[in-house]
Amino acid sequence: MSLEEKTLHINMGPQHPSTHGVLRVELDVDGETVVRAKPIIGYLHTGIEKTMESKLYYKAIPCTDRMDYLAPMSNNLGFCLSVEKLMDIEVPEKVKWARVCLTELTRLNSHLVWIGTHALDMGAMSMLLYAFRERESIIDIYEACSGQRMMSTYFRIGGLAQDLPPDFDKKVRAILADIPSKLDDYETLLTNNEIWINRTKNVAVISADDAINWGLTGPMLRGSGVNHDLRKDNPYSGYENFDFDVPLGKNGDAYDRYLIRLEEMRQSLRIIRQCLDGMPEGPYRAHVPGVVLPPKDDVLHKMESMIFHFKIITEGFNAPKGAAYVGVESPKGEIGFYIQGDGTNKPVRVRVRPPSFVNLAVLPALTEGRLFSDVVCAIGSIDIVLGEVDR
Amino acid sequence: MAFEDQLREFMKSTLGDALIREDNFREQLSFYIKPEAIFDLCQTFVEDSSLDIRFLKDITSVDWYGHEDEMADGRFEVVYNFYSLKHKSRFFVKCRLPEDNPEIVSLTPLFNAANWLEREVWDLMGITFTGHPDLTKILTADDLEGHPLRRDFPLTWEQPKFSWNMDDPPEVIK
Repeated sequence: MSLEEKTLHINMGPQHPSTHGVLRVELDVDGETVVRAKPIIGYLHTGIEKTMESKLYYKAIPCTDRMDYLAPMSNNLGFCLSVEKLMDIEVPEKVKWARVCLTELTRLNSHLVWIGTHALDMGAMSMLLYAFRERESIIDIYEACSGQRMMSTYFRIGGLAQDLPPDFDKKVRAILADIPSKLDDYETLLTNNEIWINRTKNVAVISADDAINWGLTGPMLRGSGVNHDLRKDNPYSGYENFDFDVPLGKNGDAYDRYLIRLEEMRQSLRIIRQCLDGMPEGPYRAHVPGVVLPPKDDVLHKMESMIFHFKIITEGFNAPKGAAYVGVESPKGEIGFYIQGDGTNKPVRVRVRPPSFVNLAVLPALTEGRLFSDVVCAIGSIDIVLGEVDR
Repeated sequence: MAFEDQLREFMKSTLGDALIREDNFREQLSFYIKPEAIFDLCQTFVEDSSLDIRFLKDITSVDWYGHEDEMADGRFEVVYNFYSLKHKSRFFVKCRLPEDNPEIVSLTPLFNAANWLEREVWDLMGITFTGHPDLTKILTADDLEGHPLRRDFPLTWEQPKFSWNMDDPPEVIK
């Protein structure tokens, strides 16, 4: 057999730095060209869905943070909205606005990590340090709200874990003042950088029809020019009150997805500013006795609240028989929780519609027939978190 | 005509007897249909451009083990999550499958998205998708027996892993 005819079987991962976790890709390469790519997942499978089915509705919330640990608030929101739909709970205005504000901060957080790690994969090392510096200020806000820096678990069914901290407004406004200039800095480093353009333009291309057929969501779908954003199309948690644009790409390549994520960060800042300006006053939890936990102050001073608190924590509440699903636009795409209740205090089925899992399935279509070095760019531009792919 | 009514008409005319019932829990439309009809239905979804249902968002399954009233219709429920981009609307199609040999036709010829989603349902719930090009394990370990998301799979049960033998290695390691 001559050397030219031979395809080489290469194993990439699961400990490869640019697979963003424990992803393994089996590659058959012919010279520099990828003939076949097969992503192999499951190394991080922890049975989160099964665990959630064995818990009371309240106690399943911490499981959601641990899937997509870069966007914990989006996952919390998806789960809480689904349970609220199942239980038919209407939350107070303030809760809606605070949730929008925090999930948009989460989008910033996730996209900042993405831009840092993706640029690192492409060889722009300094981006990682800059992006993580900005992320730190967002993590500080998580800490001020919930006491946790990454696994915030701040949302509750029917409200928030506690009221927003007193200096919330001031801290978030500091971010609003700080980050726009930093985003401009990133643009000067990357957008017109010739190396960056060569590495990402016309790489990992997918057409609009293919993107729909593969079930892609989030920046992966909008990069191909399909105008689908759940915040606009099926507004939840009061997104219809906010004024923002949905950036769309043209070519469906990695460069377009980069531009979209950058623009999404700017739009997130716009939404956050509107949130802070119009943040309504009011309670931080809905008043639904027996289902929503009463505020902590009441638990310490009122007998009925104390009893309800005790009953909800020990027995939970009985959900009606039926299935509820709410799709939420997380930074990665659509995350949704399909929750099937059966009249008892535990769900029969909790299904997470995982954006990264569905988006990752397209990897062979993006890389086959392309250069070997583009595989790294393709994985990066999908923006996966293996904790959520494997669950 | 609102999309929901249009969809109802469409489902009635295409499915006929295969449409079992309709459910509108919390204003979220779901159709219970006979499993034999799913492929033809999806084919009309793809071909009919007036409704514009080209987006298969999710495939999942529910195990009704232990619920006597539900078990009568079949133990497993496969749930398809469809989305219409034109009408910005979501609906569910559900099929019930019997306890022994749950089997349904694969949608991979129509939707690429179905490939991994069906593999996941097979891996975790043990529902076979006929015609799937590569129905192999996707999330659980290669040597795990059983389907963990079934309700009769114990929550904290672990398979004994001390049976590895140099002379007789398990299938995957060979």
